[in-house]
Amino acid sequence: MMFHYLLRRLFLLSFVFVALTVFAFSLGYLFPGDVLGNFTGLRNISPAEEIVLRQQLGLDQSYWQQYIYFNQRILDGNWALSFSSQQNVLDEIINVMPATLELASYALLLSLIVGIPLGIVAAVRKDKWLDKLISGFALVGYSIPIFWWALLLIMVFSLTLGWLPTSGRLSVLYEIPAHSGFMLPDILLSNVPYREEALFDAIRHLLLPSLVLATYPTTVMIRFTRESMLDVLEQNYIKTARAKGLTRLQVLYTHGLRNALLPVTRQVGLQFSTLITLAMITEVIFSWPGIGRWLIDSIYQRNFPAIQGGLLVVSSLVIAVNMFTEILHTLLNPLARKF
Amino acid sequence: MKSSGSFAAVVLLSILSSACQPVLPTTRVHGLVYCAEGSPESFNPQLVTSGTTIDAISQHLYDRLLDIDPDSGTLIPGLAQSWQISDDGLTYRFQLRQDVKFHQTSYFSPSRVMNAEDVQFTFGRLLSVQHPFHQTATEYPYFDSVEWQQLVAKLTVTGPYEIEFTLSKPDSSFLSTLATDFAAILSAEYGAQLISNNTRADLDLLPVGTGPFLYRHYQKDVLIRYYRHPNYWRQLPAMEQLVIDIVPDNTKRIAKLLTHECDVAPIPRLAELSLLSKRDDFVIDAQTSMNVGYWAFNTRMPPFDQVKVRQALSYAINKSNILQAVYFGQAEPANSLLPPTSWAYDKNLNIQRYDPLLAKKLLAEAGYPEGFQMDIWAMPVQRLYNPNALKMAELIQADLAQIGVRAKIVSYEWNTFRRKLRLGEHDSVLIGWSADNADPDNFLRPLLSCAAAISGSNRANWCDENYDELIAKAVHTPILEERRAFYQQAQQYQAEQMPLVPIAHSKRFQVRSRNISGVRINPYGGINFTAAGKSL
Repeated sequence: MMFHYLLRRLFLLSFVFVALTVFAFSLGYLFPGDVLGNFTGLRNISPAEEIVLRQQLGLDQSYWQQYIYFNQRILDGNWALSFSSQQNVLDEIINVMPATLELASYALLLSLIVGIPLGIVAAVRKDKWLDKLISGFALVGYSIPIFWWALLLIMVFSLTLGWLPTSGRLSVLYEIPAHSGFMLPDILLSNVPYREEALFDAIRHLLLPSLVLATYPTTVMIRFTRESMLDVLEQNYIKTARAKGLTRLQVLYTHGLRNALLPVTRQVGLQFSTLITLAMITEVIFSWPGIGRWLIDSIYQRNFPAIQGGLLVVSSLVIAVNMFTEILHTLLNPLARKF
Repeated sequence: MKSSGSFAAVVLLSILSSACQPVLPTTRVHGLVYCAEGSPESFNPQLVTSGTTIDAISQHLYDRLLDIDPDSGTLIPGLAQSWQISDDGLTYRFQLRQDVKFHQTSYFSPSRVMNAEDVQFTFGRLLSVQHPFHQTATEYPYFDSVEWQQLVAKLTVTGPYEIEFTLSKPDSSFLSTLATDFAAILSAEYGAQLISNNTRADLDLLPVGTGPFLYRHYQKDVLIRYYRHPNYWRQLPAMEQLVIDIVPDNTKRIAKLLTHECDVAPIPRLAELSLLSKRDDFVIDAQTSMNVGYWAFNTRMPPFDQVKVRQALSYAINKSNILQAVYFGQAEPANSLLPPTSWAYDKNLNIQRYDPLLAKKLLAEAGYPEGFQMDIWAMPVQRLYNPNALKMAELIQADLAQIGVRAKIVSYEWNTFRRKLRLGEHDSVLIGWSADNADPDNFLRPLLSCAAAISGSNRANWCDENYDELIAKAVHTPILEERRAFYQQAQQYQAEQMPLVPIAHSKRFQVRSRNISGVRINPYGGINFTAAGKSL
């Protein structure tokens, strides 16, 4: 049964990927400028090279054939070169991606740690002052534009108090060899005399960006957990449990939480795309060297091969994560398995 | 679930604990951070003219045969210990130091000290098509503008540590050219290694020099990391590390200064001076700099081919207004290309007055009583010589409207802007120039000579035989008084012909944290950190 479900999901996934690659491929034609340049990222192509390249890309053949070649290049890792650096776009993405993933995962973690307990507290104390306080906070956090919020935090904590740095992942004076591209593990694995200092410094750099990035998902988590918890608390089985004589805490933990958190798992996946979008803004403000800043720089520089590659990777990632959490949700929730 | 929960707790704990910590000096690593405005275009000064690139590379990585004393502007020995000039002014013989070591890096280990072969390798590249590296670059902009290939007839190694330059005509600015940041000495041995590895392009990407710092790592738009050169022939730099942090955004650069993420930064935005001068943890260094901001007319484009039109426009703009609004009073009004500190400056030049009535009259005489329509190109970036070209363009636009000239402001992205300028598509442009050495020739030739109109630094596209003759005569004479006279004539001629309107000579400002000492701003170009120290 489960096998059929997975098969259906995979089929859907492949369909989405086809649509995505068709879109990415057509960008080569839709972008202004020379098609050959857009697909290869090469500049100043000589006439002799042009003939060879046209043959390789199959530009003299049908669009369908060109699309097949395009996919082959994507799969082989033989991506276009970036206009600005003349390096393989895929290599560049692999370079900047960990920074974004690191930031996004800390922010997501923070939002779960803060959001879920607050949501539960708000639900349990429904309509009391604590609930109103939490819900009020959630509403403010939900509505606040994050670029403004980020600048506000920078003004207070960096410029006025001087506690936290304004940009980057690590003070430039520390030289940490990159293994995974994830800063904290890299520092822990590195063998430099200033390891502790560097770790402390990296955390100081992480604080503001992850706080800013976590704000929106946290408020969503609070609201969602609260709603879902309230729903569950209305159910008959909760009343039954209370009537059986279980304490409030026992009911909440064994019957309430498990059921209330199920929809929340799904929400994590749905929030991922918002998170990536917000990460781009956060990265630009804090000069965080991740894919968001890279992509926005590429857009400013009209770096078409980079935009094409970046879009492909980011959308694939979002789709894959969505799909993954949906499958996870189905595995955990028997009710969702409508085979 | 369990393990990720405990991990989360660790992260949360560390976040909370660090938030409660008092302020700590974070960096115990001995190094200095300089926040630059942009990425370097290359790591070889031979190939560039941009001030940002020169600031980021040349004084740190390389040495020159001669140096300019920043206080007096005179030439002092560098890699050349001594030199002799023949009586006819055609041969220059240099004796080199024998104790100069090249950088030992991850990609090159020198086996010998610097000698005459390296000097020949360096300058031969600019001279001869046969040189193995001549073709790896498309142009040598600074050397092209001083017509290096025509100037230097021969380059002879006369001993292991002695080299002779033979010129085709006397040129009294030759030594100054050798002292510019562009005349960096490269390693011939490294060149040979690159040839045998067939990676010639690396000569300009992975630098090897003799300078106080050596190349460690570069990430475009992020940072350049230099280490101290342990075998530096002069006094060893105090800093073990020099990091050029690339922060193109002005506001971010100021923010980084305030949080002490930058130790030193240039500030082209004078508006921020007052903000920073209030804080006592910063020192602002000011230096009259050798630069000029100007408004050039494309003299190949009618109606700017008429002298009267150009003069009319020059009378129409209110310079004192511009100096207040754009430079915040931190610049001197310009009436010549040369700053008043130059020895060849003509003190008798009249300050161009603001006279819209005269301007209208001149326009009518030129045949445009009703005025005309024109474009003002404003450069999209901030530079010392023009901190806000768009604002300046708006002020000029308003001034021109008074005499009936309808101006449109045009701007492009910087690279496009420069490309289009080179193609001569503009009517007029607001741009400027920072000098590379103390010689007046460095202003007058690259900005207005016929050769520069071809190589592209002459934005007025002005080519005038009289002017070219004057500046040529000036470099041909070895007598200082005569040179001065020729240069003063050239300045007067330029003021008469008005191919461009000089607007201002800006001061150069730099902010540093109070605990940093020994940073020199050089009026002739790059910044030098050799003597820089940092107290914690």
